[in-house]
Amino acid sequence: MAPPSSRRSGHSRRAQYSLFTSYVIAAAGAVLGAVLLGVSLWQPSAMSGFRGAAADATEPAGQAAAAVRAGSGSLLDDVAAYFRAGSQNAALREELELARIRLAEAEATRQENARLKALIELSESEGKPVAMTRIISSTSTSARRFAYIGAGRLQGVRVGMPVRSERGVVGRIREVGASTSRVLLLTDSESVLPVRRASDSLVAFAEGRGNGLLRIRLINLGINPLKPGDVFVTSGTGGYYRPGVAVAVVTSIQPDGGLARMIADPAGTNFVRVDPIWQQQVVEAATLDTTQPAKATEPDQ
Amino acid sequence: MIEAGLAPRTKANPYRKRINREPSPLLATGVPYATIILASLLPLLFVADTGPLLPPLGFLMLIGWRLMRPGLLPSWAGLPLGAFDDLVSGQPFGSAILLWSIAMLAIEWLEARMPWRGFWQDWLVAAAAASAYVVVSGVVSGAKLNLALAGAVMPQIGLALVAIPALSGLIAWFDRLRLQRIRKVG
Repeated sequence: MAPPSSRRSGHSRRAQYSLFTSYVIAAAGAVLGAVLLGVSLWQPSAMSGFRGAAADATEPAGQAAAAVRAGSGSLLDDVAAYFRAGSQNAALREELELARIRLAEAEATRQENARLKALIELSESEGKPVAMTRIISSTSTSARRFAYIGAGRLQGVRVGMPVRSERGVVGRIREVGASTSRVLLLTDSESVLPVRRASDSLVAFAEGRGNGLLRIRLINLGINPLKPGDVFVTSGTGGYYRPGVAVAVVTSIQPDGGLARMIADPAGTNFVRVDPIWQQQVVEAATLDTTQPAKATEPDQ
Repeated sequence: MIEAGLAPRTKANPYRKRINREPSPLLATGVPYATIILASLLPLLFVADTGPLLPPLGFLMLIGWRLMRPGLLPSWAGLPLGAFDDLVSGQPFGSAILLWSIAMLAIEWLEARMPWRGFWQDWLVAAAAASAYVVVSGVVSGAKLNLALAGAVMPQIGLALVAIPALSGLIAWFDRLRLQRIRKVG
């Protein structure tokens, strides 16, 4: 059927004018949107205040959903364990997986220590986390990979701080609201992280590709020494991340590096910790403005 | 006058509740906006770390209302609703304002040329709008454009195509809710 159209305003002047006005406003809205879009692409943090307020307002729903997610996740695991090989199987499997990651990290730490002992004594410790919180929501319709966590300015979270789960690096704080923060996940195509292979000191960059995989790009080109299953950990270059935290496992090899899967799976993560920036003075030396890391000197943006 | 106690037991009459009642103006105008805002918020509750997981529900809801009830949403509705979607969607601010406004104007233009419509045509229009929206919003999202990203948004387009009829059913239900006769006349 032909729908009753809003376009037919008849002979009423008032109806004609209001229809015309609505078109003018709609067109003006499109133009305004284009201008705002240009500003946002040029200055990504332009609207962070409003975004922070919106994220703070939706926090309770996100917290509830996070609790449900955690609960339903464990329920599913329990059911799965029952059907597979008894109730302990799932728990043991997870423990084994964690132990493997820890083993790789320990190997990385041993290497790191050996290297640092050769240098002057550089004090380095795990330190206390800035906040322990949950991933409460994420932008699941956009091509960008952002997540929100339930800690913000009031908890001492600042822009640039690394976020990690018990498995490995999740991402980095991008914007801070009062009680929530926006995290740039490793899988976002804008994320670049300096990493090294856990077994030796092969350095590389882990770049997000936007489709859930990380691209490991080797710095020293030549014969590609990567093998599927290689674990990459943070190298500490750039000063944001503590060295030796698990990042990714190589899944396939490419001519100039490889594709890797993120070790910390944010969707399966219950709690995350926000760490202070590892070497504040390095970051400050490398950047003119801490909120806007300069691209030329700072590879981690 | 019949005494209350002596009145014969009558069966519950569904029409009785509608007599002397009219739709509430608040519901009649507010339900479309409320459902579009909720549809913008819903994707937040899913944690998507690998790629876009859900179709752009807010946009699909807007298009669905626009196609089902022409004239109910003014053609500038993309401005406020898109601004809200931009705050929570992760896109750079302004992208939904721009794209939603353009979509409203484009459907208005299309409707003037093809006033006769049906289920399949509505699906086609909404599918074309949603596919174009996913692609263009990916382009303007500020993400580095590569083949991997193009591959990542394909499932999103597929999901959007499947979600359109389901959403229009949901919108029809909300439309009945919108016009519930709950306000007493006089």
